[in-house]
Amino acid sequence: MSVDIYKINPEFRDIMPQEILDLEDNATWQSEGYEKRGINDLTDKKEILEEHSLCAGCPEAAALRYILAALPTPEETIIVNSTGCTSLMFPHIALHTVHSLFGNQNAVASGIKRTLAWRFPDKTKDVVVLAGDGATVDIGLDYTLQSFFRQERITTICFDNEVYANTGGQESGSTAKGQVFKMAPKGKVFDKVPMWELAVTSGVAYSVKLTASAPKKVAKVLKEAILVAREIGPTYIHLYTPCILEIGLAANEGLWEMKEQDKDRFVDFKYVSPEAEAHLKQCKKEGLY
Amino acid sequence: MTMKNTEMEEKNWSGQTMVSTDYILFEAPRTKHFMTGSEVLKEAMKRCTVDASVSYPITPQSEAAHLIGELWAEGYVGTYFRGENEFGVMSEVAGCAMAGARTVTTTSGPGTLRAMENFPMWSGTRIPCQLILMARGINSPLTIQPDNLEVSFLLETGCMIWYAENVQELFDMSIAAFTVAEMPDVHVPIITAVDGFFVSHTRESVMLPDDNIALKRYDPYAAPLPPIDSEMPPGRFLRDPFVMKSNYISYATHASWQWEVRSAVERSVPYAKHYLEGLVHITGDEDAEIVFVACGTASHQAKEANRELTKMGIKSKVVKLRTIRPFPHKELLEATKSAKHIFVPEFNVVGWLDKEVTQSLYSKSEAKIVGRPRVAGGMSMPVEAILREVFENVDVKKGA
Repeated sequence: MSVDIYKINPEFRDIMPQEILDLEDNATWQSEGYEKRGINDLTDKKEILEEHSLCAGCPEAAALRYILAALPTPEETIIVNSTGCTSLMFPHIALHTVHSLFGNQNAVASGIKRTLAWRFPDKTKDVVVLAGDGATVDIGLDYTLQSFFRQERITTICFDNEVYANTGGQESGSTAKGQVFKMAPKGKVFDKVPMWELAVTSGVAYSVKLTASAPKKVAKVLKEAILVAREIGPTYIHLYTPCILEIGLAANEGLWEMKEQDKDRFVDFKYVSPEAEAHLKQCKKEGLY
Repeated sequence: MTMKNTEMEEKNWSGQTMVSTDYILFEAPRTKHFMTGSEVLKEAMKRCTVDASVSYPITPQSEAAHLIGELWAEGYVGTYFRGENEFGVMSEVAGCAMAGARTVTTTSGPGTLRAMENFPMWSGTRIPCQLILMARGINSPLTIQPDNLEVSFLLETGCMIWYAENVQELFDMSIAAFTVAEMPDVHVPIITAVDGFFVSHTRESVMLPDDNIALKRYDPYAAPLPPIDSEMPPGRFLRDPFVMKSNYISYATHASWQWEVRSAVERSVPYAKHYLEGLVHITGDEDAEIVFVACGTASHQAKEANRELTKMGIKSKVVKLRTIRPFPHKELLEATKSAKHIFVPEFNVVGWLDKEVTQSLYSKSEAKIVGRPRVAGGMSMPVEAILREVFENVDVKKGA
C-alpha cells in the first residue's frame, strides 16, 4: 500500500490539521522519489515526528528526529516502543507504532516481523525496536537477547540515558559504576552492562555504540542497520542520549555532554559481521545509501 | 446455511476448501475417531487456516504445542516458533495478531501466571488471538497435576473465557472461538480452557469433519483497530496523545476503553449462543430442586452424580457453564429457577466458580448455594464426594 495510506481524501482536506496535510504535501517518502532521505531534510521537509512533549533540549528527542529522518522507507516501517520517556513521543510519530508493555518490545517485534514476512512475502517491511536502557538492558534483556539468538530480522535501537529517567532517576544496568542515583544512594556497585558486546555474542550481524552528537553519523548507522536487518540478521544500535535533567545539565548542554562521552564511555564501537560487510558494500554499489 | 458453490472453489494456502463456520460445526459429515485432547486440538487447528502460533513447553500442554508445530511443518500453519518463556510467547502472539495473523497458543498453570501481564494487554489491544489453556496446578509446592485455580487469575483480564468439558467440546469450541473472537463488533482475545490431563491426555471417541475443509482466512481489515502492517492509515494522536497526560480527557479515555473491552465481551453473547448451541447446557430433571452448577470435567462428574441420584429416585439436574466470560447470568438464573440447593463442584481450593455463581444469583435466588466438593492438587472428584455433599446438605426424605 505504501505511501497511499498517507494520502488524504480530497473531500476532507479543508478540515484536516496542517500537520496531516504536510505529511502528504511535504514529507519525504521513499516511494515518492526520496531515495536518499536524511538529516538534510530536517531543514525544510515535514518531519514524521510532530511536536513532542519531552524536556527542552532533550538529546533523546533530537536523536529520534535524526532516526526518523533517516529511515530508508518510512512508509513500510513499523516501530515498536517500550515504556519510558520514548513512549511520550510515540503518539507523535506518523507511522505504525506499537507500545504494549515495559520490556516486551523485542518479543512483540518478533511476532510482527514474522507475520509480515508471512503475509507479505514479496514486500520489504522494516521492523525497528526503539526503547530505553531500562527496557533493553534490564527488564527486557531476556527478550532482546532471545530475539538476537533467534536471528529475528529486526533493528533494535537502545536510547541509553544511563538512568530510569521517566520514573524519576533510578539506577539502571546501564548506569556507570559509582554513579549515585535513586535506588543506588551509595553509588552503583557494578559496571555498566556492555549491551553492544552482549549483542555481538548473542548473534547480531551489526552492533554499533555511539552518541547522538553527530546527526549524520547516527543517520548512516541507522541506514546500515536497517539494510543489514533486511537481508542478513538482527542489528543493534546503542545510542547515548543523556538525560540532562537527571545529571544536572542545562537545556543547551546535551550536545557538550555527548561530545565528552564520545571520548569516554561511548567511545566508538562497531562490529559488522563479514556477511553484513559484504552486503553493505553491495548496497553502496547499488546506491542504496 | 448451506455451502455455496463459490465457497467450494476458494482454497486456503494448504489447499483446503474454505467454508463457513456453520458448515464445519453443524453441516459437514463427520466420522468417528479416537484421540486425546492434544491430538484433537491439532485436528481443530488444522481446520482453522491459522496464520501464526508461538509455543513453549510446559506440562500438560506441551504435546498440543508440538502438534501445532507439526501442522506448520506440514504447511497448514503460516509461521510457528518456540518462544523464550510464556511472557515472551504471549507478547510474540500479540505481535503476530497485531500484524494481522490469526494466532493461537497454548499454556498451563505457572506459564499462565508468568505471562499474566500480557492478557489485559491483549484485550486492551483488541486482538482476537486464541489461548488454549490446559489448566494445571500452581506452585508452590511444585505440582504438575490437574487443578484449575489459574482460571481465577484470568477472570478480569478482559479476555473471553470458554470452558470445554471433553475432547469433542475442545474440538468444536476452539474452532468456534476464532469465529466469535474475530467478529468485528467483538474482536477481543479468547481463552478456551480445559482441565489439563483429564482432557489433554484422555483418549475419547470424537466426531470430526473431513480435514479437506477449513475456516475462511482472518480478515484483519475488518478489525475495529487497524492492523500494524503499514497497509492502512495508522491511528493518529499527533496533537494530544492521551498517554501520560494528567487531565480529565486522558482518564476518561482510558476508563471508557476498559468499559468498551468488557462491552465487546458481552457483545459476543449472540454469536456464542449460536456456535456453542447455548451458553449453558442442561441435563437432568427440569424441575429438580437439587442443581449442580459446574464447568469442565467437574460437570462430567456432576452428571454422574445426577445418574446415581436418579437411580435412587431423587431428582437433580446439572447446569454446565460453557462460557465463563461472558458470564451467563440470565441462563444461570433461568436454569436454577426450580433450585432449592445448588452445589458447585470444582477442581480448585478457592472456589472461584462458587463465588461467580453466588454473586450472579445474589438477591435473585432463594436457593442455598454450597461451594463443594472442592478437590485440588491433582485429586480426582469421585461421584461419592458429590453425593456426600448432597446427603449432608439435603434432607432427601423430605422429597427434595
